[in-house]
Amino acid sequence: MPIDIDIARVAHLARIALTEEELASYGAQLEVILEHAERVQALPTEGVEPTSHPLPMVNGFRADEVGDCLEPESFLSEAPDSEAGQFRVPKILG
Amino acid sequence: MSDLSDLTISDAGAGLRNKDFTSVELLDAVTTRASFTEAQLHAYLVLDRDGARSAAEAADALLAEGRDLGLLHGIPIALKDNMCTEGLATTASSQILAGWKPPYDATVVARLRDGGAVITGKTNLDEFAMGSSTENSAYGTTRNPWNPDHVPGGSSGGSAAAVAVGSAFGALGSDTGGSIRQPAALCGVVGMKPTYGLVSRYGLIAFASSLDQIGPLTRSVSDSAAVLDTIAGWDRFDSTSIDGKVPDLSGSIGKGVDGLRIGIVSELMGDGIDPQIRSAVSAMASKLEASGAEVVEVGLPSSEYALSAYYLIAPAECSANLARFDGVRYGHRSDVEGTTEDMMSHTRAEGFGPEVIRRILLGTYALSAGYYDAFYGQAQRVRTLVRKDFSAAYEKVDVLISPTSPTTAFRVGERSADPIAMYYSDVCTIPSNLAGDPAISIPIGLDESGLPIGFQVMAPALGEEIMYQVAAAVESLAGFEDRAALATSKVVAP
Repeated sequence: MPIDIDIARVAHLARIALTEEELASYGAQLEVILEHAERVQALPTEGVEPTSHPLPMVNGFRADEVGDCLEPESFLSEAPDSEAGQFRVPKILG
Repeated sequence: MSDLSDLTISDAGAGLRNKDFTSVELLDAVTTRASFTEAQLHAYLVLDRDGARSAAEAADALLAEGRDLGLLHGIPIALKDNMCTEGLATTASSQILAGWKPPYDATVVARLRDGGAVITGKTNLDEFAMGSSTENSAYGTTRNPWNPDHVPGGSSGGSAAAVAVGSAFGALGSDTGGSIRQPAALCGVVGMKPTYGLVSRYGLIAFASSLDQIGPLTRSVSDSAAVLDTIAGWDRFDSTSIDGKVPDLSGSIGKGVDGLRIGIVSELMGDGIDPQIRSAVSAMASKLEASGAEVVEVGLPSSEYALSAYYLIAPAECSANLARFDGVRYGHRSDVEGTTEDMMSHTRAEGFGPEVIRRILLGTYALSAGYYDAFYGQAQRVRTLVRKDFSAAYEKVDVLISPTSPTTAFRVGERSADPIAMYYSDVCTIPSNLAGDPAISIPIGLDESGLPIGFQVMAPALGEEIMYQVAAAVESLAGFEDRAALATSKVVAP
């Protein structure tokens, strides 16, 4: 399968604002890496279950009890901007 | 220049209990050592002088009252800077987290503190643990104590260099594809990746969550077991933590290898491995055989594809994990004009370094519609085959052995322009991450240039006991002594 990357679309999906020059450079690098990664396709895997995780566990449950939590100020003070106990961001719509 | 900072953790602990010296004196020894070595090596991003001093004084006071918190009581230990420390800057070596002070301690940090350890500071890494040389740090490159023109390996290169040179008695690292074991090999120290789930990752800045594990870097195998013993065990804050018995490590060292079946992995002894390393590993295999083990060649046929699978799985997971760095809750925020989305896209472009961007883009592509099954899905199926190879091998043998790294420490800059060559650094370590199994690197000698060679012992999941048993035998057969003093002598004028 030929490697065909719409690098501008990938960068948009990843929400990374790259210049045209950077896009061209990363696009070329990705093609080289993917040519190597593509080797996985050489291995016959029909009927092989995918492994997403090394442990045979599903969910870890615990009782839903009120416990000690971080004070909001302890992390809001580390945020770039906050107001009235909330994270503050620029306008959402353009 | 040999002093207290060259002691192993077990000797330092014995001296503390014998009142030969205090924890404050141990701390002074490592900070004095750091003051000589840091200008050249840059192992640390930050030394927490005040915090460490208070912890050492507290450890001394407790011991004076007869209260002993365990094997690490009063011992100065360094942390890779991707583990959260309450109130102490944690950057993952990224500009995007510059100046961030976590509001809580990672579970491993809390367990070290509860065990009386003294946290010396935070060590350098490849940004977000993505790299094999510690050259990808936004805060400068760490150098190898054995030859500062060479890299220390990575991504836990700061931890490995600090332990090798005696500016910490031990350190924690994290290992996603070899990031503890490969730098340990390149710096001549012991580095261990535990079974997936044995050590809590709560408070570890996530890279690839189905692979990441925290583990120790130390100057001896028994020190490694002591650190692991302190940090291992179930944690309610990590849903992937194993709720069960922790392997008993105390009895595993010193038993020898008589009667054990050891498999040397054929695929990891081929042309891609430096001949000097192959011959050192073969020589050690013969010594193990002479000590009573049965050594046989074992194949892991799918391991040939493990590297390719890893470089799809790890970037895919990282592209999801690093979505959280968006300029909203912590760290850097771009001052670009526009909407929140513009702010996020520019924050990420400004805050992430090139290797991190490369991997996020790679992962995003591998997960995107139309490519998911051919890349990510196929990589996950290859992962199943790698795991099956290991299971089949462990029906025949108790442990597997191989080199840790295909080469000894390479020169700074040598591979930084070639991602594929850099990725190949992890060819021997990645299979254990895909399998979720424990593995350890032990230094067994030096190559012709005087650079350390690492030997890897791999064991089945929760097989830490037998892994340490073999590792201790390797250590004693290698006779690789006075490591800290030897490495230090290269960077500290007499």
